[in-house]
Amino acid sequence: MSNHENHTHVHRDDEAQKLGMWLFIFTELLLFGGLFLVYSIFRAQYPENFHESSLELSVTLGVINTVILLVSSMSVAIALTAVQKSNYKLAKLMLLLTVALALAFMVNKYFEWGAKFHHGLYPGSELMQLLDRGHHLYFSLYFFMTGLHALHIIIGVILLLISYVKINKGKVVSDNFMHLENAALYWHLVDLIWIFLFPLLYLIS
Amino acid sequence: MLILLSLTFVTIEITSIHLGAFTVTAALLIAGFKGYLVLAYFMHLKHESTLLRVLVALVFVLFALIVVITFIDYAFRS
Repeated sequence: MSNHENHTHVHRDDEAQKLGMWLFIFTELLLFGGLFLVYSIFRAQYPENFHESSLELSVTLGVINTVILLVSSMSVAIALTAVQKSNYKLAKLMLLLTVALALAFMVNKYFEWGAKFHHGLYPGSELMQLLDRGHHLYFSLYFFMTGLHALHIIIGVILLLISYVKINKGKVVSDNFMHLENAALYWHLVDLIWIFLFPLLYLIS
Repeated sequence: MLILLSLTFVTIEITSIHLGAFTVTAALLIAGFKGYLVLAYFMHLKHESTLLRVLVALVFVLFALIVVITFIDYAFRS
């Protein structure tokens, strides 16, 4: 008699899933950490240039974006707690709010970068080539670091939207919510990176 | 949340006064504390297993080492 068990039971390991996301977060931390290191060294080499260049950035937009991300971290945390308490309506609402805030951040980014492009300042532009070394380094780092961060925002939004769909389909429920928890972790990482990015790029006196 | 928001504004105020080299340190310290709050509360590290908390701490120690060693190397170049 053959033993053909119908494997309807899916292997599930919440701790492992969470650890997996954390390990990935470590790689992300080192990725951005490396960029922060590059920034630090060049800033130590060209302090005045970095200071002058940072004046080109809009502190107001930077503050608004910081507040946007902080609030979005709170909304995604509320979404997670809501799922744990089976309040799926609130959870979905909070997820949509998080995504809306993320899109607002991207709109701000669009205006910020747009203003720079309008002035001829973009990676590889003639104007960039003509800048002093310190200024050139600052703006190269600015575009690369904020660009990479924006890419992470997009990825985070995708993860959050997938979580939203899963709640809708009943696949994320109060006793099986690791997907949402991991998406939330990733989102907090995106916020964490910005918490450091903002003062270093925008607030150097 | 409120602490995070108020710290954001503190950072801006502090960086607008001219403290020279100390400004960067102050801004980074505040950012560090904000980061700690996000990690501990939003990312639930306060309630996670010891393994996870040790790992996260180790990653930051590793990064600090990399930064320090790089700066030492850099400082002694001609």
